[in-house]
Amino acid sequence: MEFKLSEEHKAVQQAAREFAITRLQDGVIERDTNRTHPSEQVEEMGALGFMGIMTSQLYGGSEMDTLSYVLALEEISKIDASAGVIMSAHNSLVLWAIETYGTDIQKEKYLVPMAQGNNIGCFCLSEPEAGSDASMQQTRAEEAGEYYILNGVKNWITNGGHADFQLVIAQTHPEKKHRGINAFIVEKQWEGVAIGPKEDKLGIRSSDTHSISYTDVKVPKENRIGEDGFGFKLAMQILEGGRIGIAAQALGIAAGAYELAAEYSTVRSAFGKPIADHQAIAFKLADMAVDIEAARMLVYRSAYLKDQGQPYGYASAMAKLKASEVAMKHTVEAVQIHGGNGYVKEYHVERLMRDAKITQIYEGTSEIHKIIIARNIRKGELALPF
Amino acid sequence: MKILVCISHVPDTTSKINFVENNTQFDTQGVQYIINPNDEFGLTRAMWFKEKEGATVDVINVGGPATESTLRKALAIGADNAIRIHTEALDATQVAKEIVAVIQENGYDLIIAGRESIDYNGGMVPGMIAALTGMNYLNNCIRLEIEGQNATAVREMDGGKETVTTPLPLVIGAQKGLVEESDLRIPNMRGIMMARKKPLSVLEPQHGDAQVQTIAYEKPAPKGAVKLVEPENIDQLISLLHNEAKVI
Amino acid sequence: MSVLVYAESEKGQLKKIALELASFGRAIADQLNTDLIAITVNCDNNELLGNYGVNEILTSSHPEEFNAQQYAAIVKDAAQKKDAKVIAVSSSADSRYLAPLAAVELNAGYVTNVVEAPLSTTPFHVKRSVFTNKAFGISELNTDVKMVGLSKNAFGMHENPTTPTVTEFSPTVNNSSMEIASVDKANDQVTIADAEIVVSGGRGLKGPENWHLIEDLASTLGAATACSKPVSDMGWRPHSEHVGQTGKPVASNLYIAVGVSGAIQHLAGINASKVKVVINSDPEAPFFKAADYGIVGDAFEVVPKMIEKLKSFQAENT
Repeated sequence: MEFKLSEEHKAVQQAAREFAITRLQDGVIERDTNRTHPSEQVEEMGALGFMGIMTSQLYGGSEMDTLSYVLALEEISKIDASAGVIMSAHNSLVLWAIETYGTDIQKEKYLVPMAQGNNIGCFCLSEPEAGSDASMQQTRAEEAGEYYILNGVKNWITNGGHADFQLVIAQTHPEKKHRGINAFIVEKQWEGVAIGPKEDKLGIRSSDTHSISYTDVKVPKENRIGEDGFGFKLAMQILEGGRIGIAAQALGIAAGAYELAAEYSTVRSAFGKPIADHQAIAFKLADMAVDIEAARMLVYRSAYLKDQGQPYGYASAMAKLKASEVAMKHTVEAVQIHGGNGYVKEYHVERLMRDAKITQIYEGTSEIHKIIIARNIRKGELALPF
Repeated sequence: MKILVCISHVPDTTSKINFVENNTQFDTQGVQYIINPNDEFGLTRAMWFKEKEGATVDVINVGGPATESTLRKALAIGADNAIRIHTEALDATQVAKEIVAVIQENGYDLIIAGRESIDYNGGMVPGMIAALTGMNYLNNCIRLEIEGQNATAVREMDGGKETVTTPLPLVIGAQKGLVEESDLRIPNMRGIMMARKKPLSVLEPQHGDAQVQTIAYEKPAPKGAVKLVEPENIDQLISLLHNEAKVI
Repeated sequence: MSVLVYAESEKGQLKKIALELASFGRAIADQLNTDLIAITVNCDNNELLGNYGVNEILTSSHPEEFNAQQYAAIVKDAAQKKDAKVIAVSSSADSRYLAPLAAVELNAGYVTNVVEAPLSTTPFHVKRSVFTNKAFGISELNTDVKMVGLSKNAFGMHENPTTPTVTEFSPTVNNSSMEIASVDKANDQVTIADAEIVVSGGRGLKGPENWHLIEDLASTLGAATACSKPVSDMGWRPHSEHVGQTGKPVASNLYIAVGVSGAIQHLAGINASKVKVVINSDPEAPFFKAADYGIVGDAFEVVPKMIEKLKSFQAENT
């Protein structure tokens, strides 16, 4: 067993850290306050190869492994978790699906420009009445000759406003329940696609989250991914991988808050010594260090399993559950360590605390992940295999 | 045009500076290493010559295997070849002589080294390379244009600037201004992948003697607490500066 | 044998650092019980060196313009002629430029940023600052001829009257293929390298339009102006004013920082300054930990008041 990053992994981590510090740090507070999308920065993330980081070089991507992706996301999310989720949704939800199951034409037309960072993608699964229970899709895709006619509403879509290409999940054969669901690539500019107003969120405020409605949108049949009825299975597979991205984002949020708190506790003094030397604060930092390290091991492990071509759904569920809980718990503690300063925006930790909450909700709530983990336990898998 | 950029592997500017082994060795524990900033300004300018004028860019470091990650970063940024002279860097003379041996072997039109490294702050390697090779030399270089075999370069002096013209080959001591901070490049993912495949040759040293040996380090004595003066009471500050500090 | 200093002049007048360097050279000459020789080029007030313990002055009247390779040859010739075993240079841009060239020619071990007279002469041990003023190193020079670069303001000027002989010196100077096309030097401005006092502005000044505060305070004190890295990165001020680890080092007697938070890299670059004053509205700014005196207050109120008070102080004290 080797707990060691390769030189390339370290280089990716370093590049992401440099990018985050030099390009994302400035203005992160203002972007959060004003809900400003980091468009320029995302463009640069494209140029650096982060927006197609795992996609094959054949399709214009960087062809790096999942661990590289996790390392980059962690560093970026330490500084700007909104930029983190933009990168995560684009890579794990959209690019992965098209690369794995798309046709050559779909790859040429959609994957290549997205992997190069020229276009952004979004994944449209959640609906007003179908969040955790994705099988209850109300959006309909009815067959009509060479087309499907798409009608319905999708909610809480990350990258919704800026995405040029949408991966939309919709029900074609309601009688077949989840086996009747399909996945389609839809272009934002098509007639009948309407982007709703930007959500005013608690956290990750500079990522753009929208509802998107579809009214008689004509989707060519060639834009369906996989066989008829493959959509639900695809969506579930997408989420298995997507969880790794969100787990990495949560890990970054936790680690970012921890680093700030550790630094602050050495420069802030009370009763004649740095607060880091008061046991009340020292113990908080110790708890943070251990929890974050444990979460990191789970996250890296799930990335490793995926890279090894082994089943990773169980591991990624654990990683996502743990990393998001750690993020929430310790960003609250980081604010506490900062005292009054932590409650104002300038010190970053209150933003990280607000950003943390979503990681327990999206791409499967904590409760859903406990269900997944419990199912594995019931099947007799009491621990992750080594 | 063939360019050689000398790369120093130095602790990140935010590193805590501590010493071990009875204060004779720098404590590398937890230290993040980077390309020396002045070298990076030079490397970034070299990239410009590579992209616009088809120059080839080699990077060199005198040091142990640990410095290879820094050379790989230079390759990821876009340098073509890396050379590591496998020996501990002892002093400027020894480092300059090792680099000169490579220059004489390979032949270069332009040698770029940072005007000083941010660890030992010697500021002598580029000058020594120039003296040992007989090449022209411009220190504190804040602008460099090359046309054919001639360069126009600007040196920052105390309180001003001087523009010179010189034939190649040339050695410059690079610093900020040669490119802007915002021009510095973050290696892209493809660059990192390609860097793995680019040549990094490890050469045996000349075994030259060092002329200067650092035998011990010490940290400055801790400073007393700041004396705070109320904003309404500036007379007090002036009096302190005059009577106590005796600086005005 | 002897000790040699390269005493720099500007427009025919010795620079202050040349006098500090002579004082330093005198101390080494005393340690070695030998003479102190100074070499000057195009200098009109050589006699001033007699106040600082110089026994003999070699003066060269060419070349007219500074050229590092030619000046290094002059220093080398002088050193060889006088059998100098220790050569001291200052930390000015020109001296740092020519010294490594001369060191190679003389096969001399060379150490820069030396902060005090040698700790011992056999073996030859000097203390120098390293890691941009965050630490000191004790270095041993093993060569027959040794070269030391003195940190500015580290030794101070020490009067020691002598009656030096002045000898015209005609070193062999080769032609250079490097030509000076133009020099752009502000005449009346105090430079950061030479200044006794430096006034520096940071992001707290909110924009380049407010720099008159820094400039007015500087001109009241006869100080040079400087700025922090973000200020130069944003283009509010030229790079030549950026002080810090990747910018210019400052070793002034007094360093006044206005609206500079005090990033570790900035503090490293100004650490060699003797007395540091910080004016910042944020009491948590790290600069307060590095400063000797501080005012927690709004620069826009404090600085104009300070200028006014300094002017009346100066009126009373002249």
